[in-house]
Amino acid sequence: MNMRRSVGVAAASAAALLVAGCGGGGPQSGGDSKLTGDKIVLGVLNDQSGAYSELSGRNSVKAVEMAIADFKAKHGDDAVTKNISVETADHQNKPDVANSKAQEMYDRKGVDAILDVPTSSAALKVADVAKEKKKLYFNIGAATTDLTGKSCNRYTFHYAYDTYMLAHGTGTVTTEQVGKNWYILYPNYAFGQDMEKSFSAAIGAAGGQVVGKDGAPFPNTSGDYSSFLLKAPTLNPKPQVLGTMQAGAELVNVVKQYNEFKLREKGVGLAVGLMFITDIHSLTPAALAGTTYTDAWYWNFDQQNREWADRFQSETGTRPSFAHAANYSAAMQYLEAVQAAGSDDADAVVKELEGKEVNDLFLRNGKIRAEDHRVVHDAYLAQVKPQAEVKEPWDYVKILKTIPAAEAFRAPSADCKL
Amino acid sequence: MSGFLQNTFNGLVGGAFYALLALGLAVIFGMLRVVNFAHGAFYMLGAFGAYVLLAEAGVPFWAALVIMPLALGLLGMVLERAVIHRLTRLDPLYNFLLTFGLTLILQDLVKSRYGVQSSPYATPAGLTGSVDFGLFDFPAYRVFILGFTVLLCVAVWWVLGRTRIGMVVRAATERPELTRAFGIDVGKWVTPVFGFGIALAGLAGVLAAPMRAVNPLMGADLIIVVFAVVVIGGLGSIFGSVAAGFGIGLIQAWGEAYLSDYPLVSQTVVFVVMAAVLLWRPAGLFGREEAPA
Repeated sequence: MNMRRSVGVAAASAAALLVAGCGGGGPQSGGDSKLTGDKIVLGVLNDQSGAYSELSGRNSVKAVEMAIADFKAKHGDDAVTKNISVETADHQNKPDVANSKAQEMYDRKGVDAILDVPTSSAALKVADVAKEKKKLYFNIGAATTDLTGKSCNRYTFHYAYDTYMLAHGTGTVTTEQVGKNWYILYPNYAFGQDMEKSFSAAIGAAGGQVVGKDGAPFPNTSGDYSSFLLKAPTLNPKPQVLGTMQAGAELVNVVKQYNEFKLREKGVGLAVGLMFITDIHSLTPAALAGTTYTDAWYWNFDQQNREWADRFQSETGTRPSFAHAANYSAAMQYLEAVQAAGSDDADAVVKELEGKEVNDLFLRNGKIRAEDHRVVHDAYLAQVKPQAEVKEPWDYVKILKTIPAAEAFRAPSADCKL
Repeated sequence: MSGFLQNTFNGLVGGAFYALLALGLAVIFGMLRVVNFAHGAFYMLGAFGAYVLLAEAGVPFWAALVIMPLALGLLGMVLERAVIHRLTRLDPLYNFLLTFGLTLILQDLVKSRYGVQSSPYATPAGLTGSVDFGLFDFPAYRVFILGFTVLLCVAVWWVLGRTRIGMVVRAATERPELTRAFGIDVGKWVTPVFGFGIALAGLAGVLAAPMRAVNPLMGADLIIVVFAVVVIGGLGSIFGSVAAGFGIGLIQAWGEAYLSDYPLVSQTVVFVVMAAVLLWRPAGLFGREEAPA
C-alpha cells in the first residue's frame, strides 16, 4: 500500500516536473492526468454535533462544495480534473478522534488536503499527522498560535484567525478607544489561558492595564458567573472594560448575566475575545449591543461578500460565519494551486502556495507567508449594533475599523522551523 | 458587607435550582427506588419548551411557567407507565441504563431539530429591573426566582406534612414495605409522584431560561452536581435535598467570590463536601440508614 503510494507520488512528481519543463503546456484532464487516481479529494474534518457545529460543522462542507463548483465553472475543460469530491468526518472536538480520522482520511479515503479542524488540541494532532504523511492541511477553525509557532510544519497552513489576531484587534483598539482599565474573565483551560496572556500583552502595549483577572471554572457546571460580575465594578481602579474570553454556551451565560447585573449601566463595557455571528444570533443583538470584538470576515461587509452570503443562504438557510467563508477560500486556493502545479503532489502544491499574494472572497490583501505558513489578511474591529439599527436578520454588526493584514497578525515566530 | 450579602443572595439563587431538581429526584427515588438519570434532560426540556413556545407560538414566560411543568409532568407519567415501572423490580442497573438512555434520546431529539447553538430567551417583562435592598441592589428576576422557589418548597412541605396524600407519600418514600403492610396501595401513587418530580425539573428549566444558556446540554452539565446534592442531603430525604441544595449553592458562591484564585475549589467543593458527609454520616445529612434487607 505505502509502496504503491510512494511510487504514485514519485510518478506524479516526475510528471509535474515534465509539465513544468514544457513551459506553459498546461495540465490536461482525462486519462493522462498527473493526479493520483485522476481525482482530487478534499477532507472536511470538524465538529458536526457539538459546541462548534453551528459555526463550522456541516455548513463548512457546503462552503467547500461551493468552492469546487466555482472552480469547475471557472476552468471548464481546462480544469486539472473534473473529478473533485469531498470527504467529511466528525472529530467530536477530541484530539484522539481527530488523529485517527485524519489518518483514515489521508490513507484510506484518498484525501489530498484536510480543511477546518476547530478545537486547538485536535488541530495540533492533525498537524502532526499531516507532517508525518506529507499531506496538506489547512487549519481554519482553531485559534492556537502554536500551529504557526513551535508546531508548524511544511504541510500545514493556518487560515482565518488566531489568538494573537483576536487580542491585537480587540485588546488594542478597545484600550485606545473605550478604556484603559480591564478586568479579564477567562475559562481556565488552554484556550482561555492563552487568550488571557495574548490580551494582557496587547492591552499593556496599548497603554492600558489589567486591574483584575479571574480564571472561571471550565466547564462551569453551575452556569453562574455572578460572583465575578459582582466583583468587577468594585475593583480599584474600577475597570472600564470587562473582557470575556468565554466561548459558545459559556459566553451566552456571561452575557446574559452581564446584562442582568446591569454592568454597562454601571460603567463597565463589554469586550468579547472570540465571537462568531452565530453567537450573536443566539444571544440576540439586543443582549450584546455595543460589544466590540475582532472579526476575520463579515458577510455584509461589501457587495462581494453579500453576493456570496446570499448563495450560501440559499444552500443552507443561514448566513455564513467567517469560518465558512474561510473554508471556501482555503478550498479554492488549494484547487488553484493544484491547477497551477498541474499536480496534486503535496510538495509541488506547497511551492505554489508559499509567498502567494491573494485577493479572494475571504482573503483581502491576503498573503500566504512562506516563513511560517500563516495566511495573513485584513481583519476587522466589529461592534454589535443597537437593536434599533438592525434592519434585517443576521445583519448585526458594523465594522468600526479595518485592521491591515500586516498589523493584524504577529511576525513569523522564531519557534517555527519549516 | 454589601458584597458579601450579594454573594450570599447569589448562592441562594443558584441553590434554588439545585433544591428544585434535588427535591424532584428525592421524591422519585423515595417512591420508586429509581435514580432518575433523565432528570437533567427534563430540566433542559423545560427551558427549551419555554423557548419554543415563545419563538414559535408567542407564548410568554408566565404561561410557559404553567404549561411546561404540566406537559412534562404528563410526559413523565406516560413514561413511567410505559417503561420505567416495568423495570423497578429488577436490578437498579436496568433503571440506570434506561434513564441514561432516555437522556441521550431526549438530548439528541432536541439537537437534531434545533442544533447545539444556545437559543435566545429574554428576561420576562416586568422583571428586567433591579430591586434596591438598601445595602445592595439585586436583579429583580433573581429576587423572583428565590421568592418563588422558597414558596414552592414551603407549599410542597405543607402538602407532604399536612395532607393525607402527603402522609402516604412520606410513608411510602421512607418505609415502602411497611406502608404496604398497612394496606395502603402504594402502587397507585407511584405514577403521579413520578410525574410531579418531572414537573419540578421542567419548572426549574423554565426558570433557568432567562438567565442561563438554553441548549440541549444544559441539563447534562448541571445534573452531576444535583446528584451530589441529593447524596449530601440523604437519598430519599425530602427536607435534606432542599436544605443541601441551598447549602451547596451558598458554598459554591462563596467559594467563587473569596477563593477565585483557586478556580477548581468552587467546582470540586461539592464533591469534597459529599465525601466528608458520607464519611461522617453514610446515609447523608438527613437520610436514615435503611435496615439491611
